[in-house]
Amino acid sequence: MRARAVAAQLALLAAVAFVVWYLASNTVANLEARRIASGFGFLAREAGFEIGESPFLSYGAADSYARAILIGLINTFRVALIGVVLATVLGTLLGLARLSRNWLLAKFAAGYVELLRNVPLLVQLFFLYAVITENLPGPRAALSPLPGVFLSNRGFAFPVLQPHAAHAWIGVALLAGMVLAWLVARWARRRQALTGQPFPAFAAGAALVLGLPLVVFLAAGAPLALARPSLQGFNFTGGAVLSPEFATLLGGLTLYTAAFIAEIVRAGVQAVDRGQFEAAYSLGLPRPRTMRLVILPQALRVIIPPLTSQYLNLTKNSSLAVAIGYPDLVSIANTTMNQTGQAIEGIAIIMAVYLSISLSISVLMNWYNKRIALKGARA
Amino acid sequence: MKVRLAVAVCAVAAFASSTLHAQSTLDAVKSKGYVQCGVNTGLAGFSQPDSRGAWKGIDVDACRAIAAAVFGDATKVRYTPLTAQQRFTALQSGEIDVLARNTTWTVTRDTSLGLNFVGVNYYDGQGFMVPKKLGVTSAKQLNGATICVQPGTTTELNLADYFRANKMSFKPVVIEKLEEVTNAYFSGRCDVFTTDVSGLVSTRGSRAPKPADHVILPEVISKEPLGPVVRHGDDRWYDIVKWTLFAMLEAEELGLTSKNIEQNLTSTNPSIQRFVGATGDIGKMMSLDNRWAYNVVKQVGNYGESFETNLAPLGFERGINNLWTNGGLMYAPPIR
Ligand SMILES: N[C@@H](CCC(=O)N[C@@H](CS)C(=O)NCC(=O)O)C(=O)O
Repeated sequence: MRARAVAAQLALLAAVAFVVWYLASNTVANLEARRIASGFGFLAREAGFEIGESPFLSYGAADSYARAILIGLINTFRVALIGVVLATVLGTLLGLARLSRNWLLAKFAAGYVELLRNVPLLVQLFFLYAVITENLPGPRAALSPLPGVFLSNRGFAFPVLQPHAAHAWIGVALLAGMVLAWLVARWARRRQALTGQPFPAFAAGAALVLGLPLVVFLAAGAPLALARPSLQGFNFTGGAVLSPEFATLLGGLTLYTAAFIAEIVRAGVQAVDRGQFEAAYSLGLPRPRTMRLVILPQALRVIIPPLTSQYLNLTKNSSLAVAIGYPDLVSIANTTMNQTGQAIEGIAIIMAVYLSISLSISVLMNWYNKRIALKGARA
Repeated sequence: MKVRLAVAVCAVAAFASSTLHAQSTLDAVKSKGYVQCGVNTGLAGFSQPDSRGAWKGIDVDACRAIAAAVFGDATKVRYTPLTAQQRFTALQSGEIDVLARNTTWTVTRDTSLGLNFVGVNYYDGQGFMVPKKLGVTSAKQLNGATICVQPGTTTELNLADYFRANKMSFKPVVIEKLEEVTNAYFSGRCDVFTTDVSGLVSTRGSRAPKPADHVILPEVISKEPLGPVVRHGDDRWYDIVKWTLFAMLEAEELGLTSKNIEQNLTSTNPSIQRFVGATGDIGKMMSLDNRWAYNVVKQVGNYGESFETNLAPLGFERGINNLWTNGGLMYAPPIR
């Protein structure tokens, strides 16, 4: 019986392998017959097109296709990472708001969720993009709500710190503060467990995290020179600019995904037995601490698996960037495919990248899920 | 379960192997009864559906002419609107039989993309359009500008070349759909919109809220010979598409129009006799009806007629797109 099962599995595997081989060799033969170039040699060739935004890594038309695709990947990461963080924060707030005893707040959150969840994301992106580009004035008539901050249809230009040697030391002080705060918290927990005496660990930690960098900052003579944007010719130069395309995509992904996360959080909290609330109250814990110490840790177990899917969705949805002209991985790979004619290679790159990103998120979230699972319980 | 798997394997195998013995395009077109033609999603004068949904334009006329040559019926065409990014994959994969979508003939496309350009139906060049109120009079003043451009075009590459050569910088806003990219320009997201000059004239005329508010700068920064494209590896089909295009030019040179070609069936001019199929076997050499060229001119018209009905109303001049006999570049090899 077992031998037969193994044989069947092997036969199936062989059949799949044969089909894959057959399709691959057939494709290569067909490309060959039509003299369509194939292979990844094109990656080293000069790309010849410009890219609208390339933070962290410089790029010019004389760079290679490989570098252009890397810029696209960075742009995808940038919007997906920030989007995941913002959507989680906003979604959690909305989910809790929907459970609130405040009627107006609860109804607002419910309305938000229904509206955003039921309109296709692409439509929301077009809408946001039109709102930004059609309503904001041109750069010469830019709105300036604060000195040095400009809002126009070229984006949101704002001042940034002029780099200074002391900034690195401030960063080091911040890290040191965080480590110390963590140590203090651990010590305070132990002491409370042993002696029952509470210690204001949060206040002490905050003082360390903020205080240490502040001391270094003042000691270095408060280096706060700003690089301010200014209008030169057609556009703002100096400072930093958030482009309308980036703002639209980030805003759209965040608002849309937050609606789903809100429902997941609400479901998670509601899944915790009422008895847990009542037990916590009868011990005299106030409502916020009940939430933080009793309810959320239990709710998290219900929340994490579907939350993982939302993170995956947000990342994959970021490829809608193409529609509004944000240069993400798909947009740049598309252009590359079109200029080189090597569609199969381009699609292979896109698939490999999204697969790796998705698998990494899954692995990370599964690891976290295991960590917070009930000890001794079976998954 | 096993049965289902077997069926799936057979289906995949059949699909993959059928592509191995690819049918000739002419046979495939004849057996399905129409030409599948890849066109623009909506560029006035080149290919755009009119208010009743009928496609109009010189690229559309190229498609209709092929149908007239193959079937003797210019209506046997189906159109696939394609963006710049989709067009080559659609042709390579066999989704369309011919691409007539203001596509520039370049060596890369003609070789490594596995395609063949059959000729040129419009000689163009790339230009820049700016709002009049910017006060810009030359492309040399565009340093630092934000420029709207469509991806997957020669436009995108020429633009980068031009700014590099002139040591200027720019910020591209790259949007695939013509509708969205022109919206971005007209709403002021970009200072400049760049594409083929024909595309600028056409979008200014048909999409600008106020056409008079926009100027096209004098610099033309590239050569953009636009023409129909077919796949590598089917010489018969390549010949048919190429000579259909030439037939429209030759007809104009011979003075044959959709109005007078009927009378010319009995012409005594030997060139015209050959053209309309009264003498010779030219149609047969192409595996077509001997009246193929007559049908093209009778139903679609000659190149000049197509230009007059589609492009002249938008303000296009014949210019270099005139016949060589009138000082232009349009020249068909002898039909004999
Ligand atoms: N001739 C150039 C550009 C052709 C092109 O795509 N032009 C644009 C601007 S006029 C266009 O036709 N867009 C219409 C569309 O995307 O449907 C090329 O072959 O790459």
